[in-house]
Amino acid sequence: MANPFAIQTSVEDGLSIVALEGFVDAHTAPQFEDAIQKAVDAGSVRIVVNCEKLNYISSAGLGVFMSFIEEVRDRGGDIKICGLTPKVKHTFEILGFQDIFEMLDDQQTALQRFKAD
Amino acid sequence: MSPIERKFTLQVPSSTENLALIREFVTTVGRQSQLEEDEISNLELAVDEACANVIEHAYGHDITKEVVVRAKFDDESLQISVIDEGRGFDPNKTPQDSVEQLIHDRKSGGLGIRLIKKLMDEVSYEIVPGQKNELHMTKKIRK
Repeated sequence: MANPFAIQTSVEDGLSIVALEGFVDAHTAPQFEDAIQKAVDAGSVRIVVNCEKLNYISSAGLGVFMSFIEEVRDRGGDIKICGLTPKVKHTFEILGFQDIFEMLDDQQTALQRFKAD
Repeated sequence: MSPIERKFTLQVPSSTENLALIREFVTTVGRQSQLEEDEISNLELAVDEACANVIEHAYGHDITKEVVVRAKFDDESLQISVIDEGRGFDPNKTPQDSVEQLIHDRKSGGLGIRLIKKLMDEVSYEIVPGQKNELHMTKKIRK
């Protein structure tokens, strides 16, 4: 069954980049959660989630953003979201995530925003 | 003459692994019903949320249980019903804290039912805990 999901993590200029690809649902969201948890545990609280290749997200994936944002901000960091396709962005916006999370066009812009913070 | 009603049913083991199969089923039926593509995306997400709730909460990840997704449509509307025999709960009685409050409380749940209500035109429930719970979700077909 077609449920492709991949996640890649990297570090650039001291920022953690988590790139999501494919479908984030209740089945795959735990892998996303693990990736963010590992970054936070490693002391990295400035995180960019690159969604350029993300085709779909359900509330299980949105919940991962929600469950970490306060801890990350308490520690002086942030989670910035970039590269959302219109369809996926719509899902974020239904729940008002645009008022809580900074959403940027691409990874470069997100990295620059962190440097400006 | 009354419009022709078409009916489809998918029955799968209660595992999140099958959410992809459920989404494909719903998308295929949505296209047959002539729903617009953005409406099909909304339908896909709403049914995914409903089934994930059943798999995780009603059945507690018990793969020996089954989730039934029933679809029917005519010229005017498409109705999807998600049916289970697990622990039923009244979605109208679940707390509807704001997203900001959920974040403050460091909770990540409680979003599924909220999404379903925003994505679908009509939502109703028939709940007999442990026997049969049905969540009915309807999309009007706009021409």
